Amino acid sequence: MSYNILWFVFITVLYTGFFILEGFDFGVGILLPFLGKNDQQRRTIINTIGPHWDGNEVWLIAAGGATFAAFPNWYATLFSGFYLPLFLILVGLIIRGVSFEFRSKNDDPRWRTLWDWCIFTGSLLATLLFPIAFANLVRGVPINANMGYAGGFFNLLNAYALLAALTVGLLFVLHAASFLSLKTTGEIEQKAKDLLRWFWPLVVIVLVIFLVTTFFVTDALQNLTPQSIIFPVFSVLAILGASYFLRKSQYGRLFLMTCFTVGFLFVSIFSILYPRVMVSSLNPAWSLTIQNAASSANTLRLMTIVTLIFLPIVLIYQVWTYWTFRKRVSGEAEKLTY
Amino acid sequence: MDVLILARLQFALTIIYHFFFVPLTIGLSLVVAILETIYVSTGKEIYKRLTKFWGKLFLINFAVGVVTGIVQEFQFGMSWAEYSRFVGDVFGTPLAIEALLAFFLESTFLGIWIFGWDRISKGLHLATMWLVVIGSNLSAIWILIANGFMQHPAGYIISEGRAVMTDFSQLVFNLPIFTHYPHVFTASLVTASFFMLGISAYHLLRRNETEFFRYSFRMAAIIGVVGTIAVGVIGDFQGKELRSYQPMKLASLEALFDTEDPASLSIITIANPVTGKLIIDWRIPKALSLLMYDRLSGEVMGINQLQAQYEQQFGPGDYTPPPVILYWSFRAMVSAGLLMILFSIIAIIVGFRNLENKFPWFLTILMFSMGLPYIANTGGWLLTEVGRYPWIAYGIFKMENGFSQVLTPGTLLFSLVGFVLIYGLIIMAMIFLMRKSATAGPVEENVAPPEFTPHLVDPPESH
Repeated sequence: MSYNILWFVFITVLYTGFFILEGFDFGVGILLPFLGKNDQQRRTIINTIGPHWDGNEVWLIAAGGATFAAFPNWYATLFSGFYLPLFLILVGLIIRGVSFEFRSKNDDPRWRTLWDWCIFTGSLLATLLFPIAFANLVRGVPINANMGYAGGFFNLLNAYALLAALTVGLLFVLHAASFLSLKTTGEIEQKAKDLLRWFWPLVVIVLVIFLVTTFFVTDALQNLTPQSIIFPVFSVLAILGASYFLRKSQYGRLFLMTCFTVGFLFVSIFSILYPRVMVSSLNPAWSLTIQNAASSANTLRLMTIVTLIFLPIVLIYQVWTYWTFRKRVSGEAEKLTY
Repeated sequence: MDVLILARLQFALTIIYHFFFVPLTIGLSLVVAILETIYVSTGKEIYKRLTKFWGKLFLINFAVGVVTGIVQEFQFGMSWAEYSRFVGDVFGTPLAIEALLAFFLESTFLGIWIFGWDRISKGLHLATMWLVVIGSNLSAIWILIANGFMQHPAGYIISEGRAVMTDFSQLVFNLPIFTHYPHVFTASLVTASFFMLGISAYHLLRRNETEFFRYSFRMAAIIGVVGTIAVGVIGDFQGKELRSYQPMKLASLEALFDTEDPASLSIITIANPVTGKLIIDWRIPKALSLLMYDRLSGEVMGINQLQAQYEQQFGPGDYTPPPVILYWSFRAMVSAGLLMILFSIIAIIVGFRNLENKFPWFLTILMFSMGLPYIANTGGWLLTEVGRYPWIAYGIFKMENGFSQVLTPGTLLFSLVGFVLIYGLIIMAMIFLMRKSATAGPVEENVAPPEFTPHLVDPPESH
């Protein structure tokens, strides 16, 4: 396997890891005003992701940095081309990130309401804009012969991308509800479980529609590969598995299944994308690929060594944090940190 | 306005803003780790309170540093796409390593530290803080390695129109890192020191928690003396280094227009902005040679000669960074630094002889001196980065070739205004919260009034 392929896999892993982890973080932010009816409950909800959200977000920074190092042309074309959505994502991540730290350090209810809305808005903004960006990677956008993006902002808001936003939005909410059903007690736990029950059929329908549409909107049908079929199927199987465990009230396994659903959904997008990294809608020859967008073999080899050493270490200590904070957040005021 | 100007302006504003928070993060994380180490080894409650009080302020500052850091990671691709294509092979590597080695460590273990007080053992909890310290310093090192490539490209060749890494160790052990990282680290100590001195002075003036803040004051004074002197000594080395690898930056920050041997040091130089003619130019003879060579002679190149030399070397163009910006940022940095050396020496005397009640005016000065490190930090970066002009990567890639060709001025203007608004609101909220937490002093945890009790900004009068 060449380094170029390996790096495509690494970047897939980093983004997928980001969406699995931040998926429920974002979803928790979106659910905040709906599940937390008073300050105490909202605090509890925020505290479930308190120890983790920042570490989860680093997956995005690592993915961005890895794209820069391994595929500079991908990084340059994508980030400059999708400038406005990325700017709005940054705005979302900024207001959301400071909110966690600022919110509960002042008792004024207006202050807390302000940051609660920032958490909600920031989470929603990021949840909707990321899938819009990724859907456009596979659908194809106008990229010219010089690897420059030749479209505008509204080019990106096509029907397929909006469908992706809807799908991912609903899925992250479901993912977050399954996370909260594990991490809370009493009223919030009950509400999260109720939500799961009426929400999952909706997610299944939209997810299937999205995945089927993907095959018609992109060129996946012309270039069928085993992986471009397997991963979407896995994603659907995982969400069906989730409903099975929901009926059996096994919430731990249910959460595992929503992780798989999110994970396989994004792996599906990457597998259809491969071996390109950005599809040009103007001319297939102008698409960015794992070859023409990549760094030199020397750099890729070096980065491979670094990643193979440090990514497993990161995984070990991040798993340890989830283990350390595996208990439910009870919601007694004196035990809340954020 | 064109895209190039707007892209530069946006990068400058966002990175200066980001760097308001970074030095305090680096410095204060170390302070908190030291305090917690003392707590764990002595078991005395006061050290736990110290850890928690300074830790809380550290966290408020850290949050803003983190979120504004993400912007920087994305901004190279967003508004400097052509630069990213040119250097990605070399420059992307330290950025990716920074995320993998430093950010994960810092963010993950800080999460455990914040939430882990009662869940993990004391020793383990302490270890997480030290990992945060290591993480934030590793982050500083790797980003300065990336910056070092911009200041002094090494370990690369140009192949097919882009820079390609040939020697990773040359990139990592590049000349600037040996002075830049120590400079940033010691400047961070100074920032933390003056932050603590100012807040401790506020409470000592009010005779509030005297034992608590006297301890903080002494600790900060020691860090301040060590930090300010060290940063000055390192700065002297950096000046000498500039003479060899960026003489133009040196000439501009000294407003030395013509080559001199022995070279004079400007006390104050003011030029007519239109004609460029010097209105005031008071100089100490031979002093610049003394600084550069540690003797009373030695040639220092001037702006005009260097401009001519670069035109020959790189072709026609403007190779002179704006002397006004460099000259005054340098002087702002040095003046703030000298004042801080003086204040921290007085502070150490005042602190250890318990003289704080005799010199209330000095405590008042210290409260206002909390701004000094920020002036020095910003001045230092302005002169380092504006002094690169017209290069992004010194001698190999110019700014005018680096910005994203696909952007329109309108798009950039939109994001620039957006950043200014959001960053403005956030810093207001942060200062409000910082003030509230700092002036409240070490309040006991978990005895806070129940929710919805409208008790706001001001600390209780009686304490």
